[in-house]
Amino acid sequence: MNLGAEAGHALAVCVAAIFTQNILLAYFLGLCPFIGVSREVKTAFGLGLAVIFVMTSTTLLNWLAYHYVLEPLKLEFFRFILFIIIIAAFVQFVEMAIERFSPFLYHQLGVFLPLITVNCAILGASLFMVIRDYSFIVTVGYGLGSGIGWFLAIMAMAGIRQRLANDRIPRGLQGPGITLIIAGLMALAFIGFTGVLQGQ
Amino acid sequence: MIVSMLIAVLVVSTIAGALAAVLAVSEYYLANYGPCRVTINEEREVTVQGGKSLLSSLVDEKIFIPSACGGRGTCGLCKVKVLEGAGPLLPTEEPYLDEEERESNVRLSCQVKIRNDLKIELPAELLAVQEYRCRCAKITDLTHDIKLFRFELIEPQTMDYIPGQYVQLLAPAYGKRREEVYRAYSIASDPAENNIIELIIRLVPGGICTTYCFEHLEEGDEVRINGPYGDFRLSETNAPAVFIAGGSGMAPIKSILHHMKNTGSQRRGVYYFGANSTNELFMTDLMRQFESELPSYRYVPVVARPENNGWNGETGLVTEAVQRGLKDAAAYEAYLCGSPGMIDAAVKVLMELGVTEDKIFYDKFA
Repeated sequence: MNLGAEAGHALAVCVAAIFTQNILLAYFLGLCPFIGVSREVKTAFGLGLAVIFVMTSTTLLNWLAYHYVLEPLKLEFFRFILFIIIIAAFVQFVEMAIERFSPFLYHQLGVFLPLITVNCAILGASLFMVIRDYSFIVTVGYGLGSGIGWFLAIMAMAGIRQRLANDRIPRGLQGPGITLIIAGLMALAFIGFTGVLQGQ
Repeated sequence: MIVSMLIAVLVVSTIAGALAAVLAVSEYYLANYGPCRVTINEEREVTVQGGKSLLSSLVDEKIFIPSACGGRGTCGLCKVKVLEGAGPLLPTEEPYLDEEERESNVRLSCQVKIRNDLKIELPAELLAVQEYRCRCAKITDLTHDIKLFRFELIEPQTMDYIPGQYVQLLAPAYGKRREEVYRAYSIASDPAENNIIELIIRLVPGGICTTYCFEHLEEGDEVRINGPYGDFRLSETNAPAVFIAGGSGMAPIKSILHHMKNTGSQRRGVYYFGANSTNELFMTDLMRQFESELPSYRYVPVVARPENNGWNGETGLVTEAVQRGLKDAAAYEAYLCGSPGMIDAAVKVLMELGVTEDKIFYDKFA
């Protein structure tokens, strides 16, 4: 495949990962911070940006590790362990670095980084990229798209929850309960995108 | 087979080891903030290793800031004024600070990380806060769910506190719980006995610390407390005082009454104590004894639902009794201690009776 077609494929995968294949609403990955940190739009924004950044960079790192280390050694089955180690180390490193060099960025993004080390959406994106056999360039699109998709979902949820804050919700449904129901409704809405684009 | 297993283990260990090494090295270079100076109230200076939270660094220096959640940013108690060097307000702090606090540089000390020299301001009494080892000398049942715990201080041997203040009791790890927790309780004892701390504790079903006190703590056990904290106290005016309390809210009022007796206070005082039933009243004899020992003091127990006909005191809610009984209320200062519901109701009634807000002092159980 030439570079132009490759880039086109990457773009399609990216858009699909945002809408039709949204990692949160179609695959329900990364729910824990999605429910925990979606109370305010402002914090959701910071966390969402951090997810975009970490997801894009770790899928790339993991692509390199998978294709240049695991595949030649026929150790593909170790990808679960290796991916999670790489993600954790990378997040730790980035947190330390931006805390040191950019206090501003740290206050906007850095405080959220520890929260997403164990976000299963991040690991999920790396595993999907392997299963679907993406090339390096397509992986860029996929990582970025998945991150943006997650970002959009949590922003929408935070917006809804801010409006719900003063509503009288039955006691048994308060907090995570109503959030999961809303997430379900949002997922239904996103299903409306199905068929618009099938990029895998 | 064995060879490939060895290769697999080797490869993963190498990668993990390499990453750990990178992290260790970068931690050494990046997260090492060197020694930092923390200047407290422009007079005291402590040098701490940078990189830790302000709260834990201060605890290492034996300066105890009240904190109930152990530095996880969920209780909002560890507020400290940081004048210089704290960096911008973190999203994790925002929910706990109001407009006024934000403007005066109040921060949650568990969220502020020390990366450079800091200037902070602490209330003088916090600097007096110490940790005490003490022995549980006596546990007395007061009602079916309230007990009186008497602690003898071992080291340091005495505590100087202002009646009305509280201490934090450390519940060690017990049963399946691995973490220690601190919980705040008002001091109930007579300040003249400064080697004794008494606490009145009501069992909170499922409460970590109260369950420890009721089910695990035994006479003779050693526990740790720190304190004293809080600015609930009798004012220095001569205005008559109305005390309103319920349940374990008895504690600070009892200490204040001892203090009034010790100092020969001439102030007028009336104490409304609310209970649901007559068997929830306790220490009635002591409260009556104060009536004879203080020149002008009255104890008014109020029972919401007296279960026997022998009760001839006030009935109904404690706030109703205040409404009926308190004459010339506007002259009074009010001291309240109890559940948030009781306090809110009492504040409302007092204001209706003409007590101005600045003369109402309370200690709300959170």
